[in-house]
Amino acid sequence: MSASKQQFLDNPLGTKTTLEDVLDAFEFLDDWEDRYAYIIDLGKQLPGFPDDERVEENYVHGCQSQVWLIHHHDPDSGKLFLLIDSDAMIVRGLAAIILVALNGKPARDLLATDIDELFEQLDLFRHISPTRGNGLRAMVGKIRDIAAAEAAA
Amino acid sequence: MSDLSVANNTVTKAFDVEAIRRDFPILAQEINGKPLVYLDNGASAQKPLAVLDAMDRYYREMHSNVHRGAHTLGDRATAAFEGAREIVRHFLNAASTKEVIWTRGTTEAINLVANGLAPRLKAGDEILVSHMEHHANIVPWQMLAERTGAKVVPIQVTPEGELDLDSFNSLLTERTRILAITHVSNVLGTVNPIASLIEQAKKLGVITLIDGAQAVPHFKPDVQALDCDFYVFSAHKLFGPTGIGVLYGRSQLLEEMPPYQGGGEMIERVSFERTTWNVLPYKFEAGTPAIAEAVGLAAAINYMDGLDRKAMEAAENALLVRANELVETVPGMEVIGTAKHKVPVMSFKIAGLHPSDIGTLLDQQGIAIRTGHHCAMPLMDFYGVPGTARASFAFYNTLEEVEKLFTGLQKIQRLFT
Repeated sequence: MSASKQQFLDNPLGTKTTLEDVLDAFEFLDDWEDRYAYIIDLGKQLPGFPDDERVEENYVHGCQSQVWLIHHHDPDSGKLFLLIDSDAMIVRGLAAIILVALNGKPARDLLATDIDELFEQLDLFRHISPTRGNGLRAMVGKIRDIAAAEAAA
Repeated sequence: MSDLSVANNTVTKAFDVEAIRRDFPILAQEINGKPLVYLDNGASAQKPLAVLDAMDRYYREMHSNVHRGAHTLGDRATAAFEGAREIVRHFLNAASTKEVIWTRGTTEAINLVANGLAPRLKAGDEILVSHMEHHANIVPWQMLAERTGAKVVPIQVTPEGELDLDSFNSLLTERTRILAITHVSNVLGTVNPIASLIEQAKKLGVITLIDGAQAVPHFKPDVQALDCDFYVFSAHKLFGPTGIGVLYGRSQLLEEMPPYQGGGEMIERVSFERTTWNVLPYKFEAGTPAIAEAVGLAAAINYMDGLDRKAMEAAENALLVRANELVETVPGMEVIGTAKHKVPVMSFKIAGLHPSDIGTLLDQQGIAIRTGHHCAMPLMDFYGVPGTARASFAFYNTLEEVEKLFTGLQKIQRLFT
């Protein structure tokens, strides 16, 4: 069964859970344990991912864990909706942060979002190994490619 | 939480690990605000001052190109470089320095041999490897098989991570031409019974190559006693520099093999009509070699020779024993590779956690381990895991560090529950 439109619309990340929520929460997290506990909790908000979408076409290369990404472009609202899945909990959490910033936006708005600035604001890269950083960039790169294709369509 | 107090161990008292740690300057630093606990020695080991100083001194006082001979520095560099070869010969107990070839590392050494054995292979021949090999001891043989029509056949591994000897016995046949097998598994830590494997292979005239990359940091091989045809290792896992490794080869086979790369140093005479090869070992050493690195490797071996080997092995084993004792303090933790004869390497998984999660969260606590497939994807498939977390210990690790690893794992598990 592939993903229904409703599954995309039900994703709370970027809709119910906003970027302000995440930024506010991060401000109060001092040590690595609290920070990662929060990231892991965010990852638990990722909606279910349809099994039959775990195909090469939706695979994000460049991550140490397995990462899958699918999208739905809503013709009525012009917004781009995303679903991400991973078998690693921290990657799920980082994916959730990306979705909070980018999910449910028109493609042009998405392309205009400076995600690096957000990562800097969250001070994420200081705490994330270069390998993990590459995985993050791979996810963002794939999302931006999708947005660029939709914006051009 | 379980008690992680330091066990009173007489073995570590005899082996002064704190004094040894002072020889490794990199260990005295903090990572993410915590003292570094370096447990990724299987990927690459740290270097003692003796190695750093030897390489520094080489560049300050004696660097020049080798084997050119027109001036004093050239003679000094050549003496240091060939002196290093003699130290490696002694380390391996090879019969002659002609049998000690410098390579860039284990991987290049295996590629060199695979290339050199190509003329001996024909369609239908078999190359026996094992299911626990590093990709470096699989892929060069697959490439050789592709060229020659030979077939790469893997010896099975038992669930405990030991070589399945029944599988070996049934697969070693008159079709087998080459046995290429690891001395010690990089993932499991298993020490394979290579002496008896080589003995059986010899009876059928099979050429044998032993991948010693993970063995030499823990014990000294004796290539004459083993009676293998090739033995290969990298310097950087033996507390020496990166960029250099060793191929030991039986001189008769090396003589018969074609050169690997062409260029300077490996020739006797070059003309457009006919070029002839230099003698061993230079025939396989095209181009200016890694001179400072050879000097560094020799310094590493000398450093190791200054340690009490028996005490070192006992101390290493105490680390593994302690780690095994503590496994039950982390619910859901399962060790992959429980062979009877192991070096201090522990691959593991924890139910519900991805290895990369474990690695990231240990790093936050200053603890360095390896996560992933360890360049041994066939073995990962055998165990049905995407990868493992691996703590690999060296003689400079302490029992306290082993305990920190487990305290760290307990913390991680609390984060996820």
